[in-house]
Amino acid sequence: MSKKIIVPFGPQHPVLPEPIHLDLVLEDERVIEAIPSIGYVHRGLEKLVEKRDYKDYVFISERICGICSFIHGATYCQAVEQVMGVEIPRRAEFLRAIWSEYSRMHSHLLWLGCFADSMGYENLFMDCWKVREKILDVLERTTGGRVIQGVNRVGGVSRDMDKEELNRIKSEIPGLRADYVELTRIFDEDLTVQSRTKGIGMLPKDTAWELGAVGPTIRGSGHAVDARMTGYGAYDELDFKPVVRTEGDCHARCMVRTGELFTSLDLIENAIDRIPEGDIIVPVKGNPSGEYYAQTEQPRGEVIHYVKANGKKNLLRHRVRTPTLANVPALVQMLAGCELADVPVIVLTIDPCIGCMER
Amino acid sequence: MALNVLKNLIKGPATIRYPYQPAKVTPVTRGHLVINIENCIFCGLCRMHCPADAIEVNKQERTWQLNQFQCIICGNCVSYCPKDCLSIKQTYLPPSASATYVTITGPEPETKENP
Amino acid sequence: MKQPDQKVETIQVEELIHRVHSFHDDGYRLVQISCAQEGDAFEVTYSFDKNLSISHIRIPATPENPIPSISKIYLASFVYENEIADLFGIPFSGIAIDYKGTFFRTSVPHPFGTSQITVVKKKPEEQHE
Ligand code: SF4
Ligand code: SF4
Repeated sequence: MSKKIIVPFGPQHPVLPEPIHLDLVLEDERVIEAIPSIGYVHRGLEKLVEKRDYKDYVFISERICGICSFIHGATYCQAVEQVMGVEIPRRAEFLRAIWSEYSRMHSHLLWLGCFADSMGYENLFMDCWKVREKILDVLERTTGGRVIQGVNRVGGVSRDMDKEELNRIKSEIPGLRADYVELTRIFDEDLTVQSRTKGIGMLPKDTAWELGAVGPTIRGSGHAVDARMTGYGAYDELDFKPVVRTEGDCHARCMVRTGELFTSLDLIENAIDRIPEGDIIVPVKGNPSGEYYAQTEQPRGEVIHYVKANGKKNLLRHRVRTPTLANVPALVQMLAGCELADVPVIVLTIDPCIGCMER
Repeated sequence: MALNVLKNLIKGPATIRYPYQPAKVTPVTRGHLVINIENCIFCGLCRMHCPADAIEVNKQERTWQLNQFQCIICGNCVSYCPKDCLSIKQTYLPPSASATYVTITGPEPETKENP
Repeated sequence: MKQPDQKVETIQVEELIHRVHSFHDDGYRLVQISCAQEGDAFEVTYSFDKNLSISHIRIPATPENPIPSISKIYLASFVYENEIADLFGIPFSGIAIDYKGTFFRTSVPHPFGTSQITVVKKKPEEQHE
């Protein structure tokens, strides 16, 4: 019977990109319990909704997260539009879908890079980020912002893409696909990656469902849970199939993400083929009254934006349930019983975004 | 792998030495906010709709102040300005370690000559 | 695309555990728990999901009366319950992992549930006292 020691892990740690603190209860080298605690970057953004015009708040909702920014903005708009009964132009929904998929790819590439870094595989990290730069270039060219796109408005989007731009995007897709094939090959076959991820951080199928995990975390455990399947926005017209793996280990979650890179490319191609002509924004008048839970899929999983309004120009409540918050119980479960050296890899596989989580 | 090594030797670095070299910009990049003060009527709409509280407008003193450190370059003020005197320029501002305030005083209003 | 309207069913606190049990037995997934304040009244909403459709149940809440925790049924609820307890000051009884107010480190206790928050505008250089 060995002695138990508690090792504090984070909020600053060389491999952790995000300020989460974990108290790891160790027995020798084995973690027997992990207790997370957060609150280092709580900004009270949800409270700010009471001080800002609901239309101006779009920009704040976009800044909840620095990576899935576009989808936060789009989901907030979607929630307000549903409350107000506004039907936005179809073209705007398609544009939102295209940009959402681009931001998903950039988030996944960022994550793959960080993940490689957490295993100590620096070269792969740089390779991933090099590919990511191509995506950011497209985003900047079409929206004006690399990471914070700022094109969502209540009632549509503020920037259009012309035919030329859409064709240009389409012509770049084969190049990206070739890059992804190469990256996927490395993540799938490389010995370093395999030995650090296979069979590590197991999350069995039932436990994942029970703990309410979302996004690639639950899809890596064999459940097809993806809010895009509900067909919000333009997704009802696009051919979407969720990527599901059944192994439930770190490698499976990693491969779900590499698989989603291809899904996103397919969706973008699909959307460009089917995008209708028309307006991109409808004027929205009056103030919202009512409540709505908008559910969309972010790179990290399903996000819920709850909006409650009572007819004033400031909303009563805006609540964001970010995917990371839903994945924390699953993380605690995965960490119990792992080796100390695997903790960074496991923490990263849920793709934690603490800024999002605390808002 | 040998191919990769060769490629990396021949091609230069994939990065830009920002801030010594200018960052890439595109025609729609949101770089920084400027005002054409001649047209400004100091209505304060930009201040009211700024999500970051970066603008102060003083009607009496005819000043328009922007805290460039706080401005998130969202462009909301540009879309609200009734006189279209705000615009977004493509270049990024140089990096800085402390808040920069830009205070611009408008010209005296032209008094009507024939009342 | 216009999505269908969402129905939120309001129930009493006493029924909560029973209803959550039946959701659990039907194989629902806990999506979220959220809290909102309207005037002086608080309401806590639980959302469950199965086959891509969400159901919501809502209970009234006050800072005085603890709400029974559902973390015995859905362990995942501990993050949401701690969050609501920390931000709104609504107590929960019997949370599986109870942080007792240390989950979120806020400078004002229960910032979302009090009306005493005053907005102070500060220039960035004055922010660190
Ligand atoms: S909105 Fe335009 S005209 Fe009004 S104060 Fe601002 S810059 Fe001047
Ligand atoms: S660009 Fe946005 S943040 Fe900057 S001053 Fe205008 S409204 Fe404020």
